[in-house]
Amino acid sequence: MRVAIASGKGGTGKTTVSVNLADLLAQHRPVVLADLDVEEPNSGLFIQAGTVHQEAVHRMVPSWEADQCTFCGVCQEVCQFNALIETGSEVMVFRELCHSCYACSELCPVEALPMTPMKIGDLSHRRTGALDLVQGCLDIGQEQAVPLIARTLDYLGERFSRDTLILCDAPPGTACPMIEAVKDADFVLLVTEPTPFGLHDLKLAVETVRGLGRPCAVVINRHGLGNADVEAYCRQEGIPVAARLPHSREAARCYARGERIHPHVPEVAAQLEMVAEFIQRIEQEGAA
Amino acid sequence: MKEIVVISGKGGTGKTSISASFSLLGGEEVITADCDVDAADLHLLLAPDFAHAEDFHSGLLARIDPARCDECGICAEVCRFDAVHMVDGHHHIRELDCEGCGYCARVCPQRAILLQERRVGQWYRSRLRTGGTMVHARLDIGAENSGKLVAKVKQEAREAAREQGREWILVDGAPGIGCPVMSSLSGADAVVFVTEPTVSGFHDLRRVHDLVRRFDMTTACIVNKADLNPEMTRHVHAFLQEAGIRHLADLPYDEAFTEAMVEGCTVVEKQGSPLARALEESWTRLRTLLETERTGDHP
Repeated sequence: MRVAIASGKGGTGKTTVSVNLADLLAQHRPVVLADLDVEEPNSGLFIQAGTVHQEAVHRMVPSWEADQCTFCGVCQEVCQFNALIETGSEVMVFRELCHSCYACSELCPVEALPMTPMKIGDLSHRRTGALDLVQGCLDIGQEQAVPLIARTLDYLGERFSRDTLILCDAPPGTACPMIEAVKDADFVLLVTEPTPFGLHDLKLAVETVRGLGRPCAVVINRHGLGNADVEAYCRQEGIPVAARLPHSREAARCYARGERIHPHVPEVAAQLEMVAEFIQRIEQEGAA
Repeated sequence: MKEIVVISGKGGTGKTSISASFSLLGGEEVITADCDVDAADLHLLLAPDFAHAEDFHSGLLARIDPARCDECGICAEVCRFDAVHMVDGHHHIRELDCEGCGYCARVCPQRAILLQERRVGQWYRSRLRTGGTMVHARLDIGAENSGKLVAKVKQEAREAAREQGREWILVDGAPGIGCPVMSSLSGADAVVFVTEPTVSGFHDLRRVHDLVRRFDMTTACIVNKADLNPEMTRHVHAFLQEAGIRHLADLPYDEAFTEAMVEGCTVVEKQGSPLARALEESWTRLRTLLETERTGDHP
């Protein structure tokens, strides 16, 4: 079962929940934590583990073969992303603008634009005990996160069976990287905080997840801070609240030091156990 | 005209609360631009009036005309994004997956595929309670945050600054290191990093700084929640010095930010708070820094 851990707003505790939950679950059973927040992948900062696999991730972009080119201009005409400019003596390829649709390459009458790989980031797979950590990390200067997220998801599919429990730490927001990370999840946990920013972005995330037809529940982080509007919203919308992680300076300090929180803050550990039980219940319902 | 961008790499460091405070301190002299269009929250603190709203289109969306389609399936063969699906025996393009490359439309023998402009969001030009102008936007759910809507917000903010003869543009930047943040940074004079002394905060600061180094601009930093981890704060300070980033302030881990948020205002509007004073000083220092650079007095 694949559970996406997402949030509209950044900094609500998505990574904290993912890492601590995975760690707790791994005490009793195998679990995979996949960090799909490839622009800022942070899960690995909290987990020491040995390398199982590492690969450079590429996407395909055209490269110009001067000898073949007849300067017919078809490539520039078909590219909707302005990634190719034909100057009359040269075809310039702006690889960052390319969306890898292959149209220029395959429609070129003289095969002067073969597709070649361009590195966009790295994928790593590490393991400690029953916990596997799979992480994508986008190279600085690369603009498109989606191809790397897609490759990371493919890797999970190749490596793990569908009944393995996989927790996916999704990118923030509700734009295409978040959609890519969430669209095929069996369940979505939305991590929020009880503040106006948290609520505003939670509503957008709920709308997104419902639009994708995925079932979801909410985890309220820093419970006790802010106000009760998030609770009221969840009640009104009929969204289950799986747990309420208390607002705690000690938890914030653990996080700051890069430590897992559940061994140090029992109140947080108790709530995380509730999330773990919640997930296992959904898993059983799905299997039944 | 000087353009200041507030960014953080990591979410939840206080970027938007600090941007809102600067906007309020700058008052009507400042044009405020919210470039965090995916999770736009600045309006919750600044209460813009959404006086002017416009749809924003970017890119294309393919659609199959069922009357002309003979179900040959060539579109599905060429599509690299798996956007063509069979629905009730007919080829159909799933909007969410369509990248708008137009390959399918070009090769369709029946010319049954139409390319339409895609609405990706809305942008707004508003008046604030300070009398200042704010340009902001909302990306549609699931839309591609290609940076084009961000670029539009910045363009409109510059336009407003020119019209009104304003010297300052304050930008609440996008998170991450991808296209929206690059668009936020493009053409700016200064960047203010808002970070926190956490393993993730520091990690993301260094990543986003690696990106900022590619642009030629003045850099400054506010360390929020500095007392959360004094040792890490010292590491952040050392990094700032090494990287030539001006250290504007250390702010305490203070729930006043959240209290202000709950009240729908900025922390600088809460009289007498030490946070308010630290932010006022930061804003003054930042302006001075940019003003002296402009006149060439900067050492």
